[in-house]
Amino acid sequence: MEILMSLLIGVIFMSATYLMLSKSLLRIIVGTGLLSHGVHLLLLTMGGLKRGAAPLLGQQAEAYTDPLPQALILTAIVISFGITALFLVVAYRSYQELGTDNMELMRGKEGNE
Amino acid sequence: MNSLITLPLLIPLFTAIILVFFNKNVTVQRWIATIGSLLTLAAAVWLSATVYTQGIQTMDLSNWQAPFGITLVSDMLSSILVVTTSLIGFVCLLYSFRSIGVEREKHYYYPVFFFLILGVNGAFTTGDIFNMFVFFEVMLMASYVLLVLGGTKIQLRETIKYLLVNVISSGLFVIAVAYLYSVVGTLNMAHISVRLNELGQSGIVTVIAVLFLIVFGIKGAIFPLYFWLPGAYYAPPAPIMALFGALLTKVGVYSITRTYTLFFTQDIGYTHGLLEILSIITIIIGVIGAIAYFDVKKIIIYNIIVAVGVILFGVATFTTESLTGSVFYLIHDMIIKAALFLLIGIMIKITGTSNLREMGGLINRYPGLAWTYFVAALALAGIPPLSGFLGKILIVRAGIDAGNYWGSGVVLLSSLLVLFSVMKIFMNGFWGKAREYKQQEKVPVRWLLTAPVILTICAVLYGLGSEALYPIISTAAETLSNPEIYIKAVLKE
Amino acid sequence: MKTNNVILETATKVILFIILLFSVYMFFAGHYEPGGGFIGGLMASGAIVLLLIAYDLKTVRKILPFDFKKVTALGLLFAAGTAAGGLFFDKPLLTHWFTYVYPPILGKMSLHTAVIFDTGVFLVVVGVTMTIIQTIGESE
Repeated sequence: MEILMSLLIGVIFMSATYLMLSKSLLRIIVGTGLLSHGVHLLLLTMGGLKRGAAPLLGQQAEAYTDPLPQALILTAIVISFGITALFLVVAYRSYQELGTDNMELMRGKEGNE
Repeated sequence: MNSLITLPLLIPLFTAIILVFFNKNVTVQRWIATIGSLLTLAAAVWLSATVYTQGIQTMDLSNWQAPFGITLVSDMLSSILVVTTSLIGFVCLLYSFRSIGVEREKHYYYPVFFFLILGVNGAFTTGDIFNMFVFFEVMLMASYVLLVLGGTKIQLRETIKYLLVNVISSGLFVIAVAYLYSVVGTLNMAHISVRLNELGQSGIVTVIAVLFLIVFGIKGAIFPLYFWLPGAYYAPPAPIMALFGALLTKVGVYSITRTYTLFFTQDIGYTHGLLEILSIITIIIGVIGAIAYFDVKKIIIYNIIVAVGVILFGVATFTTESLTGSVFYLIHDMIIKAALFLLIGIMIKITGTSNLREMGGLINRYPGLAWTYFVAALALAGIPPLSGFLGKILIVRAGIDAGNYWGSGVVLLSSLLVLFSVMKIFMNGFWGKAREYKQQEKVPVRWLLTAPVILTICAVLYGLGSEALYPIISTAAETLSNPEIYIKAVLKE
Repeated sequence: MKTNNVILETATKVILFIILLFSVYMFFAGHYEPGGGFIGGLMASGAIVLLLIAYDLKTVRKILPFDFKKVTALGLLFAAGTAAGGLFFDKPLLTHWFTYVYPPILGKMSLHTAVIFDTGVFLVVVGVTMTIIQTIGESE
């Protein structure tokens, strides 16, 4: 199972990198979203996949699953939700202001206002 | 009273929240912001006095015991960094009142400002590696908004790059935490240190160490990862630039210092050797940039990179003396960088350009500005009685003691070239023939000048009083070089 | 620009309240069952977005005349206030407190300070989502 997950994470990272290297801003944002999904999956895998019962009181199981990675992932998901939303707003504004979503055309020297 | 440790976090948070409700009324906002900022500063000073007299302060959030829940830890280093942050926040706020513009003030400039302070103070105070990530994100989120606020073309373009770089580095941060968690099974920083020491030297730990170096290196702008910094810091107006330059990179530097003294002390030859090489190259790159550009903003921005290199060189040498030097230099650099950014902000406001070739003769009309700049520039370069001197001399001496003549030589030479680069601004900007600028009448600079003057006075006092401050700083370095103190305080063994 | 979409508008009038009710259910289900402030808030903002799609920004402004940034701030005030509340009782930050009450008809219920915190989260999520959607939608 871990190997399968690792492969999956690798594929997600690969696609995210591919998307982030493209010229369109929207694709880049989708790429960052995909990247954070990959990261969360990695966190889940590294924390150990399901090894026992749900970590609740009164289960009386022999082994419990570690709840911490899920708590961490939840936090990370909320944060990446916020950042993606902000990124979309910034991208939209700059599309309006600069008139393009092509990174090639957005390029310029730092100072030339 | 243990809840003291939360005050430097809670006061900015509540100030920010209250400020949102008054976004239309600029005067009220300014008053609330001033009061909130002063309270933060007072709480921070009180906290660090408490830490100095009573030792490390900790708080286990929501009563979960130390290795299980999130712990806030305030040792000497983090408490004096919180003091410095609050001071710089207050001063930048004073400067903002007259320079940031009503438009930005109405668009939630002050709330976001306080969220930034919250994030920075939080990152310094937390004792939990994942909580550090959360505070990093709070800080970064605020910095994105501050960077884009105003919405000019250059700001939008730079914000996109800055956002993308930081999203990737945040992703890497979580990956690094995930790897670390799978190895040690804990997130409490003191507990991680214990577990890693039990584990001894192993390849995977070194990999994690390098991964953390990459993550914090992106935030702190060390050699191969500094590329985003000159562009991103160029875009926003002066007070925001000062905040970013003084605080954001230093959070990265602090994190490297913390992790490389607390966690990764097993394979020093490799990890700290790598850090040393990178820091020396960082210094060289920064100096080249600072000398090569004829743009005041660029010169100071590249000086940030030099300072990051110098501090990390001290960390990499990893003796008590060099760590003392690094802490000294870290505080000095935060104060003086903020002062310099604010000063060149005034220069740009007067001349309407940041190109040094189009400036000149400012000393006749603005002698106060010129001499403040002169003192700040000397302090940056570390001319003896001023603040940069002691930190640098300790770092260099420790480097020589450790047998690293090359690195120490580079640090020494860099001071000279840093002096050259900032004096270039003085000679071209303040001396020479006065030029005609767009605004013919004298720009009122008195209010704007108070902010950098306060910081410069702090820097001078910091330099002159370094004898008196030495016990505080050496306590901080002591905790760094001897993690046992930190671990004992947190885990209460 | 606006087309008069009768089917969507009529359906929205019904579905909107179902979604809102479900979001309230999700909100209260939290803590012991799956649910909570975050997901409830997302669902509530989903309902408002549906309203936005069916009608337009102006109409929605008329129906919900809040400044959503202030809603966010209010939510933060709730959450941070609950977190800091423990300090007044000499407990660490974020400590929560609960008790059981036995009102008639409903039977055993637990009262949590975490609910106030969750209300804050609910408001923050609604506020942030709507702020973002309005910012993007405004300029069209």
